[in-house]
Amino acid sequence: MKHRTFFWFFAPTAAAMLLFIAFPIVSVVMQSLFVPHEAVLIESENCGPFGCTKSTTVDQSATEQLRAEKPLGRFAGLSIYTDRGHLAFAEVAEAWRTSDSIGAFFKELSDLPFYRAMGFTLTYTFVCTPLLIILGFAIAVAVNSLHRRLKGLMIFFSLLPMIVTPLIGSLILFWMIDSRGVLGQLIAYLADDPSLSLKASTPLMWMSLIVYGIWSSAPFAFVVFYAGLQTVPQDTLESAQIDGATRWQQIRFVVIPHLAPLVTFVALIQLMDNFRVLEPIIGFQAEAHAQSLSSFIISDLSGETQQLSSAATTSVLTIIGVAILLSPVLVRTWRDFRGGAH
Amino acid sequence: MSTSVKDRKPLGLKIGLWAFVGIWFVCAAFPFFWTLWGSFKVELDFFSIADWTNAIFGRNTADTYGTPFTLAGYDGAFVQEGFWRNGINTMIVCLCVVTISLTIGTLGGYALSRSGQKYVFWLLITALMFRALPQVALVSGYLPVFFDWNVWGYLPTAIIVLVAINQPFTLWMLHSFFESIPKDLDEAAKVDGCTQFQAFRHVIIPVMWPGVITTGLFSFLLAYNDFIVTSLILNESNRTMVPQIAAFLGTTYTEGNVMFAVAAVVSATVPLFILVMFFQRQIVSGLTAGAVKG
Repeated sequence: MKHRTFFWFFAPTAAAMLLFIAFPIVSVVMQSLFVPHEAVLIESENCGPFGCTKSTTVDQSATEQLRAEKPLGRFAGLSIYTDRGHLAFAEVAEAWRTSDSIGAFFKELSDLPFYRAMGFTLTYTFVCTPLLIILGFAIAVAVNSLHRRLKGLMIFFSLLPMIVTPLIGSLILFWMIDSRGVLGQLIAYLADDPSLSLKASTPLMWMSLIVYGIWSSAPFAFVVFYAGLQTVPQDTLESAQIDGATRWQQIRFVVIPHLAPLVTFVALIQLMDNFRVLEPIIGFQAEAHAQSLSSFIISDLSGETQQLSSAATTSVLTIIGVAILLSPVLVRTWRDFRGGAH
Repeated sequence: MSTSVKDRKPLGLKIGLWAFVGIWFVCAAFPFFWTLWGSFKVELDFFSIADWTNAIFGRNTADTYGTPFTLAGYDGAFVQEGFWRNGINTMIVCLCVVTISLTIGTLGGYALSRSGQKYVFWLLITALMFRALPQVALVSGYLPVFFDWNVWGYLPTAIIVLVAINQPFTLWMLHSFFESIPKDLDEAAKVDGCTQFQAFRHVIIPVMWPGVITTGLFSFLLAYNDFIVTSLILNESNRTMVPQIAAFLGTTYTEGNVMFAVAAVVSATVPLFILVMFFQRQIVSGLTAGAVKG
């Protein structure tokens, strides 16, 4: 295909992606470097029969003019990045100096909002992803041994937690594990503590968010591994049987190596998706106990006064986080590409 | 052969497998049925503190309405709160997003699969990186611009944004699908004197529908399930279903009308249920298409 033809075919989708994905990245970087202008204040002294009073008023026209001249706002450099709401350099240094153990240092760190959000996001990502891969694999192996009719039914119901709108799925689960819901009551009964409530306990809230994460994403791993199981080479499996391999050894030495590329694929997709976790936190109303980077940005954006600069700064930091997360994959793809070119 | 392998399974393993499948089945399906059943009850039964069997038999519902089933939640959501309007908005958004993103995605994906140039690789990698970006970060990039241009709050804005966010995924999927259509087909058409576009129009379009339908399903799901874009970009009168449900949570917990939200949640799940029922095969093949390619 000629470059020219390619260009015309590709132009609409390229324009869409440039305008609405590449441009916003530039936009958040710019926003994170500037803060809105403060209103121009005029101080005037009114003298009357009872003495003089000073009053400050907002000079509307001067403010308007300043905003029109420099629509981006006041240049703030990296100061928003280092303030208390984000990377909090001063507070971190202070905590490092004053705390006498690593544990105490991390405790101090977890009082800072950005690090708390970061802590939850990383925990969620790196606990959910391996667990859902293991669960998905187990379901795939188990379902694969069922009768053909039952397989279809199982796939249908297994797809539901994944297909359903994340906010709706998390609400459905939340209403059940709420202290008034059926699972919440069961847990309280089993723990023999009638006052046990999800909303009151941070560890419980984290655990239920992670359970939601596994529940909603294990089906994806299941479907991918199930498809992979259909292509396991039967003759290899048979020769392993003839050699006297046990069931477990067959899985360990034939099936798992065959599925290894799929595991990488599922892990990559799930790391990306889990890192931007948001809906369960909204659905579980967990903001008091767990903030993710995404929900941190949302709370900046949807508050009474929209904190655009603050949201933009967190966005840039999140994008950097995604880049670090993806870098092993990118480096590997780059090597493969170079290797393939020679 | 395969049956004889199956027969050799020891009983203990069989029971273990069945139990495991059974437990997963309950985990996956039970919450949906529980909520569906509970949506026809009053709040005291849905959240039954006194006795959990009330949630099944609906004793408080029977006390209030005379029967253990009531449509009060649905009545409240649809008639009183006008949830049907949000349903119509969702339909408009999904229809437009699927049509537009498939149109431009098909052209782009086709070009990527037929180009053979080195930059195709880089375009695909860029698309993958775009796919990984958190949508919230993008939306916070749009907001000031949309406010300035006075386009914030309207359905077309949300549609265009969703189409764009959808593109990386659509491109990847359609690219790998077009790769599986033999190149000889359009090469032959070009030898016969067709331009590239004519070859696409007359040779490729008639055979591309299975892949396009599968990709369309995923575009639909993305638009239907989106919370971030629609909740941050649409104003109150243009909300689609998902942000409206989130808004119910804010207002109804205070008014004690949780059942409105429950009814709305069940109503919004029904179309997805039907979708999976009819398109299970396509969804499964779409999920695995990317994986098989690696």
